[in-house]
Amino acid sequence: MKTQAPGCPLTGAQIVDEYFIENRTRLLEIAAFLDRLDRVDPDCAVKDFRMLVFRDAVDALGTPGDRLHRIQMLLSDPTTEPLDRLDRKSALGAYDRGAKETRS
Amino acid sequence: MRYIDHHAHMVSRTTDDYQQLALTGCVAVTEPAFWAGWDRSCGDSVEDYFRQLTEFEPRRAAQFGIQHYTWLAINPKEADDRELSREVLARIPKFLDRPTVLGIGEIGMNRITRNEIATYTEQVELAIEHRQLILIHTPHLEDKLKGTRISVEVLRRYREIDPQRVLIDHAEEHTIEMILEHGFWAGLTLYPQTKISPQRAVDVIEKYGPERICVAGACDWGPSDPIAVPRFAMEMRRRRHPDAFIERVVFDNPVRFLSQSPKFKVTSTGAAEPARVG
Repeated sequence: MKTQAPGCPLTGAQIVDEYFIENRTRLLEIAAFLDRLDRVDPDCAVKDFRMLVFRDAVDALGTPGDRLHRIQMLLSDPTTEPLDRLDRKSALGAYDRGAKETRS
Repeated sequence: MRYIDHHAHMVSRTTDDYQQLALTGCVAVTEPAFWAGWDRSCGDSVEDYFRQLTEFEPRRAAQFGIQHYTWLAINPKEADDRELSREVLARIPKFLDRPTVLGIGEIGMNRITRNEIATYTEQVELAIEHRQLILIHTPHLEDKLKGTRISVEVLRRYREIDPQRVLIDHAEEHTIEMILEHGFWAGLTLYPQTKISPQRAVDVIEKYGPERICVAGACDWGPSDPIAVPRFAMEMRRRRHPDAFIERVVFDNPVRFLSQSPKFKVTSTGAAEPARVG
């Protein structure tokens, strides 16, 4: 039972009508988060590895085409070798590329 | 609209949540073995959990007309503990004949350690030996890409595995292609923060089509939504997708995958006789 990808039935104008407000809200939340961090600890905003990736991801929004996939790849661990030992129980949300370079 | 949630950790949820599921059209849930939020101390503790999954939980669900099925495994969060994993794997076979056990799951990796891969591989072999369906957990957040790649690589080493009998869960935009192109089923789990939202899940369906894709809520003891699947259906309607198409994703697809186990009693025409338990 093969089926083709249906695509989105909405027109461009309908997508904007339907989704603009909720995404406007998300955009303001991101701006508020970055401003909050700048007020509290500007150093953290440029040193924490998660925030470095976050800023790259925000930049990626400006280039059309497959933004989501590019951001997923920015956030992902690109390595292929398993860990020798369990280091912690949970993921942190972004891969620390700097730490990997320091270790190797 | 009727639907099936193939991934719901109902032992962590209240009876009110079963009521919400029933009120929103849920006819069946399948519950993979999961981490309790803290590490269990021994195999006996996990065995009690398997009894809860196979005896108590189906009865609780049946009060609301919902069929409850389960998957057994040592879950990925505890799979680095090789001693506990061996203890649990030795106990699984005696549960596999129970009427609501559909297969081995959720198995996979958490932080992708060598121990986790060894445990995962042994669980794959257990499923092969006992001809069970397989439900795979893929890791969270930055670990998902690497964990999915390795999970797929291990599966592809076994010629005995029919990929159509394996569902790789928690797929996202950067992992779904590698799952589908190797013939596996993909699960999209709808989660408030760490997995995929209903909006993005609908985007995936619109981009790849509905073939071999299921959606689930993956509700558990953390921030999660037991009625995430109807929210997905609502998002499909918001975009003007026809009801028959939505039902294919939320009902027909899980029926197709899960019916590969003869124990799964929901048919494409609706719920048949409930599985007998206890």
